[in-house]
Amino acid sequence: MSYIEIAGVTKSFSAGRGVRPVLRDVSLSVERGEFVSIVGAMGSGKTTLLSILAGLSSADAGTVSVDGETVTGVRDNAAFVFQNYSLLPWFTALENVRLAVEASCRTLTREEQKARATHVLEQVGLGNALHRRPRQLSGGMRQRVAIARAFAADPDLLFLDEPFGALDALTRETLQGELMRLCSSVGKPVTTIMITNSVEEALLLSDRIVPILPGPPATLGAPISVDLPRGRTVAQLAHDEQASRVRAHVVATLTAALGSRRLRTGVVPTEEEKTKPRVVAEKPHPVSLS
Amino acid sequence: MKRLLYLLLPLVGVGLALLAWWGASLKVTDLPSPLRTWEESRLYVLEPFAKRGEVDQGIARLAYYSLVRVGQGFLLGAAIGTPVGFLLGVSPLLTRMFDPLMQVLRPISPLAWLPLGLVLFRRSEPAALFAIAVCSMWPTIINTMMGVRAIPQDYWNVAKVLRLSKTTTFLKIIVPATLPYMFTGYRLSLGIAWLVIVASEMLTGTPGVGGFLWQEYNSLIYAHILLAILTIGIIGFVLDRLMGFAEARLRAV
Repeated sequence: MSYIEIAGVTKSFSAGRGVRPVLRDVSLSVERGEFVSIVGAMGSGKTTLLSILAGLSSADAGTVSVDGETVTGVRDNAAFVFQNYSLLPWFTALENVRLAVEASCRTLTREEQKARATHVLEQVGLGNALHRRPRQLSGGMRQRVAIARAFAADPDLLFLDEPFGALDALTRETLQGELMRLCSSVGKPVTTIMITNSVEEALLLSDRIVPILPGPPATLGAPISVDLPRGRTVAQLAHDEQASRVRAHVVATLTAALGSRRLRTGVVPTEEEKTKPRVVAEKPHPVSLS
Repeated sequence: MKRLLYLLLPLVGVGLALLAWWGASLKVTDLPSPLRTWEESRLYVLEPFAKRGEVDQGIARLAYYSLVRVGQGFLLGAAIGTPVGFLLGVSPLLTRMFDPLMQVLRPISPLAWLPLGLVLFRRSEPAALFAIAVCSMWPTIINTMMGVRAIPQDYWNVAKVLRLSKTTTFLKIIVPATLPYMFTGYRLSLGIAWLVIVASEMLTGTPGVGGFLWQEYNSLIYAHILLAILTIGIIGFVLDRLMGFAEARLRAV
């Protein structure tokens, strides 16, 4: 039995008089310590799936279990990084992180809690911005605070909802590096599920990539393993044959799904589109599906 | 040049209003002109804290009585309105239960509440506080409620993900997120409280700006009515600005 078992998760939202199916029969197993990315276009139901996995919302059918226990709410060993940072604007960086430490490490004294929060912020390079409010921080710095907040609780389980989606390319790359470093520095296996719309980001960070095929309702494609040692770099991925193969495969799967959706929604592809090869990115440049 | 103009324009406005007042005073025999109003009010304005008798007091002293009463009534209203607002904000069931009642009670004039207060408390002072509190708490309730409902889903998610206790969620997320809305409510409530105080003092004859106004009307000293009206307006304006300032500070966070 794997660490995380997702079995037959189905979810719909009520839309006006009818219901809008979002996810259908989603199943996936994730091993302890594994980093799995779920890649897909915006609006394909990724966030819904992640919030079900994290226990923020419940599925209509199917189950999610972590470590043998069925997920019914947010687990105490899980942390979450949201795309839009979700920092509390009335608190400083330190206070935001302390809130997480206070909630998760109740046995520590106030001084120890403060020391821990400070330490985690220093680890993400914010030692000199402890007392600044989110408004006074750049997007990259805010997301660093959010990442620090997630790691402050010393989680076994990490859910990342497009964590770098709102950042510029350069900041994105630096933060991806920071995240890798943090994950490997905690000294215990951290199981991570990230959702992203960037195939490159998934390649850089994950052990397995799972394409989410847009519906509605969305389903999961077959997982693809990335058999490269961790601590990859963008430059390395650009020239690696294995990376190119995985990239091509993921992109092909996703574009094929998008194409079939177009057919179903009645938009007929042109002759050229039909005959054109579906693999659009043989060249190793960043691919974003959005 | 433009700044100077902008400074002068309000003065021109005031000048025009004085001119209209003066024009009206020529037509209406009982209406004192601006100059006569000033002459008859000098004593009250230049010795603002004098106390010559029960109602015959300096204007600042009268205003002080009214402000104390407004402050008490307003605080009472806020003390009731704020928690009620929070409860209605977090509970759709309670909202459903009390919304129709609120919609009916809200438009009732202070003049209608005052006699009820007199029946309930038998003395004018608590009756006035009752009327102020009842009339002024609605904006506090409604704005606090709206503020709680306007808390972005992100913040609720933070509370869920960090598994904050109910108390922590309330103190560290709900209250700070709602604070700017609460202060909008407080500002509106204070404005209403100030409107109510004048009416209630007029009806109960208690010393204060409103009581003074009514007293002087009965004594046929019309200049003092105008003095009282101007005082009420200026104090109301200052109160609003002070609360607006506090509100802006909170929104800037």
